[in-house]
Amino acid sequence: MSELAITVIGHDRPGIVADVSEALARLGANLTDSTMTRLRGHFTWTLVCTGPAAPEADAALAPLAADGRLLATVREVGSEVEAAAAGEPYIMSVHGADRLGIVAAVTRVLAEAGGNITDLTTRLTGPLYVLVAEVDLPSGTADAVAKRLAEAAAGLDVEVTLRPAEMDVL
Amino acid sequence: MSPLHGWTPEALGDAGEVLPVVTAPDAVLSRPGPEVDPSDPKVVRLAADLLATMRVSPGCVGLAAPQVGVAAQVFVVDVSGHPKAATVHGAIALCNAKVVEASRWRPGREGCMSVPDLTGDVKRAARVVVEAALPGTGEPVRLTTDAFEARALQHEIDHCAGLLFLDRVAGAHAIHQRKVYL
Repeated sequence: MSELAITVIGHDRPGIVADVSEALARLGANLTDSTMTRLRGHFTWTLVCTGPAAPEADAALAPLAADGRLLATVREVGSEVEAAAAGEPYIMSVHGADRLGIVAAVTRVLAEAGGNITDLTTRLTGPLYVLVAEVDLPSGTADAVAKRLAEAAAGLDVEVTLRPAEMDVL
Repeated sequence: MSPLHGWTPEALGDAGEVLPVVTAPDAVLSRPGPEVDPSDPKVVRLAADLLATMRVSPGCVGLAAPQVGVAAQVFVVDVSGHPKAATVHGAIALCNAKVVEASRWRPGREGCMSVPDLTGDVKRAARVVVEAALPGTGEPVRLTTDAFEARALQHEIDHCAGLLFLDRVAGAHAIHQRKVYL
């Protein structure tokens, strides 16, 4: 089955999630995975749903964006099959004084090592910049990646830690 | 009340049978289990079955009755050899367990055989006192433990109350796709 990737971003107010999900439910769209947060006060929701065609979903969401305070985009995507676990899960934390290029520099180190970022959050609060990422690293590469991250972090004057994302099965 | 040290699964006098593990959204996982009569032969049998099922499940350190489809306050735990364990009581089978003291709350990421595709960040007490009854004799026990064994006991006691780790995650972004299967 084909899937729709939808993003809704804009001025935050109570009721956006209810409005968007209700409009999609009326179309018979089945919400699967989604993640919503507020970024510097902007409402942001990225979601995947199955069911309707993209133009129908577009039309259903258009009234919500009519006042220009929300932007909704709809795109048909192929049904994604989750890639098999490629390596070992790690959590990288970076924090320090904000400056240009922190994300680019540290994520380039991960990419060059064949690491795949599976979750990422960045926040700027006052002068403090914080980045937390979950990354799958190829087996046995963590020590080398940690060393290269430390070098990159020293160049940016930020702190970086890389630790295993430990999970206990109970 | 007697201490639990020295208790062995053989005390159940039953080798137990390996049962299929049910997974969410099976309704039995969300139903509070009733208290049981620990001397009831059916309860002893259930405890033995839980032990047998835990033993054959890779990486499994605890299993509660709802996870084999029975709403009841019975579970087994064995964290022997786990790297995060400090105090270890070996194999434990308990009925009607209650946490009576809890302190030193710590976050940790948990996975569950009944929720195979997700993990979640859950705060649990790193030191607990649990009161319960032993299956078979019905003898009351008071168990003080810490670290990973404390987390495992709280996870299983939650199962008996119809709660999954999903009911206790730290926030909307505290559940994760599980990547590593044992």
